Amino acid sequence: MAADFASEFASEAVDVVVVGAGPAGMSAATRAARAGLKTVLIDEQDAVGGQIYRAIGRADARRKEILGPDYAAGAALAEAFAASGARHLTNATVWQVTRERGVNYLKDGKIGSFDAQRVILASGALERPFPIPGWTLPGVLTAGAAQILLKSAGEVPAAPPVLAGCGPLLYLLGWQYVRAGVPIRALVDTTRHEDRWRAKRHMFAALRAWPFLSKGLQLIRTLRDAGVPIFEAADDLRVEGRIGSDQVERAAALHFTSHGKAHRIEADVILLHQGVVPNTQFTQALRAAHRWDNAQLCFTPKVDAWGELDVPGIFIAGDGAGIGGAQAAALQGTLAGLAVAAQLGALTAATRDAEAVEPRRALAGVMRIRPFLDSLYRPRDINRIPRDETVVCRCEEVTAGELRQFVELGCVGPNQAKSFGRCGMGPCQGRMCGLTVTEVIADARRVSPAEVGYYRIRPPIKPLTLGELAGE
Amino acid sequence: MTTQSTHTPAHTLFKVLPGAEGAAVTNVAIWFNDQPLTVPGGRSVAAALLAAGVSRFRATPVSGAPRAPFCMMGACFDCLVEIDGVPSSQACMVEVKAGMRIRSQEGARDLPPVSFADAPMENAHGR
Amino acid sequence: MTLTSTAASADKLADVVVVGGGLVGSAVAYGLAREGARVTVLDEDDGGFRASRGNFGLVWIQGKGYGLSPYARWSRSSATRWPQLAQALQQESGIDVALKQPGGFHFCFNDDELAEREKRLSTLRAELGDYPYQMLDAAEVRARIPQVGPAVIGASYTPMDGHVNPLKLLRALHTAMQARGVKLVSGERAARIEAQGHGFVVHGKRGTYRAAKVVLAAGLGNRTLAPFVGLHAPVAPNRGQVLVSERVAPFLHYPTLNVRQTDEGSVQFGDSMEEVGFDDFTTTHVLADIARRGVRAFPMLQHVRLVRMWAALRVYSPDGFPIYDQSEAHPGAFVVTCHSGVTLAAAHALRVAPWIMGAAMPDELPTFSAQRFEHARELISAH
Repeated sequence: MAADFASEFASEAVDVVVVGAGPAGMSAATRAARAGLKTVLIDEQDAVGGQIYRAIGRADARRKEILGPDYAAGAALAEAFAASGARHLTNATVWQVTRERGVNYLKDGKIGSFDAQRVILASGALERPFPIPGWTLPGVLTAGAAQILLKSAGEVPAAPPVLAGCGPLLYLLGWQYVRAGVPIRALVDTTRHEDRWRAKRHMFAALRAWPFLSKGLQLIRTLRDAGVPIFEAADDLRVEGRIGSDQVERAAALHFTSHGKAHRIEADVILLHQGVVPNTQFTQALRAAHRWDNAQLCFTPKVDAWGELDVPGIFIAGDGAGIGGAQAAALQGTLAGLAVAAQLGALTAATRDAEAVEPRRALAGVMRIRPFLDSLYRPRDINRIPRDETVVCRCEEVTAGELRQFVELGCVGPNQAKSFGRCGMGPCQGRMCGLTVTEVIADARRVSPAEVGYYRIRPPIKPLTLGELAGE
Repeated sequence: MTTQSTHTPAHTLFKVLPGAEGAAVTNVAIWFNDQPLTVPGGRSVAAALLAAGVSRFRATPVSGAPRAPFCMMGACFDCLVEIDGVPSSQACMVEVKAGMRIRSQEGARDLPPVSFADAPMENAHGR
Repeated sequence: MTLTSTAASADKLADVVVVGGGLVGSAVAYGLAREGARVTVLDEDDGGFRASRGNFGLVWIQGKGYGLSPYARWSRSSATRWPQLAQALQQESGIDVALKQPGGFHFCFNDDELAEREKRLSTLRAELGDYPYQMLDAAEVRARIPQVGPAVIGASYTPMDGHVNPLKLLRALHTAMQARGVKLVSGERAARIEAQGHGFVVHGKRGTYRAAKVVLAAGLGNRTLAPFVGLHAPVAPNRGQVLVSERVAPFLHYPTLNVRQTDEGSVQFGDSMEEVGFDDFTTTHVLADIARRGVRAFPMLQHVRLVRMWAALRVYSPDGFPIYDQSEAHPGAFVVTCHSGVTLAAAHALRVAPWIMGAAMPDELPTFSAQRFEHARELISAH
């Protein structure tokens, strides 16, 4: 039985369910629907776009100008999807995808279920955890959070923020702020000279992707020209808190060293970012095979050339399969849509292969810069494997030191750590700590993260209430 | 406890960009911890509260530490507040509406009082 | 931490190798260490099935042993010793396992259930003599647990029941046993066991371990290990699914069979049973049933958010009762297996461990020999 349900819950049979309405999801659903398949695109937001193209449907000209041309490209995807004939199920939170391709969701307080012939996961990426002392204080947010506030609410920090970390999205945010007239207190870049040197190995490949590279350099030049103080090779990051008149402690300053000199920069909004990583909640819950990617420092699901997992009939496209960015995501979505259409007999294999040629070529081109970017923006060890006093599990407030004590006690992996200290048992279900816990344990045991493994992820992928599950 | 009023944002971390919208932002009147609060509308509760001077959304159940939004995309669960009597609502996932009664979530959530007459119950936090 | 022996280092050998570092193995190992034994515990990988991670935390007596009253006595003997175990663990590990024994409730939703319950408990009382319990009507239940819903028409209550934090228990046992010198080898899996002269050699994937005695406490793994030492452990998986809520301000101070609130505030719902082999995936219809039962018992929990759903495999013998045996062919080899590793932790530490070290066999234990299954087989074939 594809969907395991009591008889009270009617399960709707469809050809394809696509989970997530970002670039990969929109493309996959568009291609599947165009092939004549009964396709549902399900997403928890009220409009398409995912995170990267969030609120693309209602962004006016000024907003698009601030956010840049890449963002505006999302509009074309949204239009194609709207015209495709696929059904768009909005404000629906998928809480389980089963190996038998049941998709259980929650909408308007009621659970629903699809019985799908094929499932395409497109749930994107998460910010990489950036555990530094003080990172849980009010006022510390991710760069992604700041972009969401900008895209969906037109909001920016009230006082000049500090941007800290590394990676193109951090510089992009800075660039967007400059264009919006937001003064930036400082950009604290943790990229090291060794990283630039190591990245040069990939320079030849990167030069073939010159358009991307030059865009990156332009972002940083814009920041310098705008007079943003830029600190390089930053290390020893720590957020200082201050207790306000209401007895609440909030972020007050960022401490770091740069080129041997100690710095303290005051700000009540500190935006952290050190890259994004695949959101593996669904794929791990499916017990799909994953591999540890030592270049991207994360687990990625194992897929074939079309994005199919080792769980038959379930595909993944976009950043969830491995970080590639929005353009790669759209191309992978198309490929998965083609594969699914051929598997269900809506396209011949020959048509599928012929149509796949151009997306594959474009995908290869887009992915060429990844080794260079991964090498250049490799997050520092100390920012992934923090000192003892740093909180690792935000929900249960477990520190790196406590985690190391579990290892000394004989704990060999993250699931024992969960059991020993509740680390990873909170509502975020390991999203904010999973990779950190794996790497801290691997480092303490002196083995590879691949050997340590990852949390056992269980449904519900997003919380639902007892009453909702009971069908009340 | 954070005290809020409609005219003095105590710790405003974010602000609405002037002129970012084609039309003016429409404000809505809500309640935060039983105090009236005017917030910009047409956005998530988290974005609205941040722009209106709220920077402490909850206290953690483990240590009582103050938390505020962190990821704005429903992944971190740090923005949990009580909305119209429903605790543990992710403020970044709910659109703000006029008249909403929002309370910071202090530690572990409370249960609603028992509704049937022959079972009086004291709410654990004495509220 | 490999111990490979030579004759010259015989004095450094362990007295006992315990295969399995879950609640059963570590309780036994802790008890053995208290008896002065040198113990090595072999524990498997992080990803194993590990019944110890999937249990409810009940220290539960009522209703157990219906049809085999020594089990009721055995369970009770563990419950009465539990405070001693908890105190010792607190002193030796610094960890408070949050043992509470206020008595427990088994809710009934219709008259048939109530009658069946009364029959079961009165039979146990008749067999055991000392078996305190009360049958309560709806008002009496509500007087003790005000939040209970109108669907609950009565309950059985015994003062003997309680609960504990099973994860803290495992951690406390590991800490305390290691503080007493027990060697824990993690990430190890026993492949085979050789009986050699006056001892045993356990061959694992990481190394080999010798000791005068070996205790099989490997849960479902006991089935394939037992024959190596002339034992029989016909255990099979029995899947239980559980719902876990977010933390809730404390409201439920008694454990009940299907719903309990942990010391951290989260509420657990469970007690399903399925025979589905080695499948620890959850299924929606079973969880929905558990949710419905939970809402019927406590209607005001309906808006509480579920943050985890899991399934774990109980270690089940054919009749559901434990198996305790010393090998006749190879004395010194023991098997210890049950599906109530929390309830029986005190008995395992304080009564089974001394027996393994040569003390008299607790008088309840002969009933739990696996020979009872052979007799059953003989009976069947006689028909």
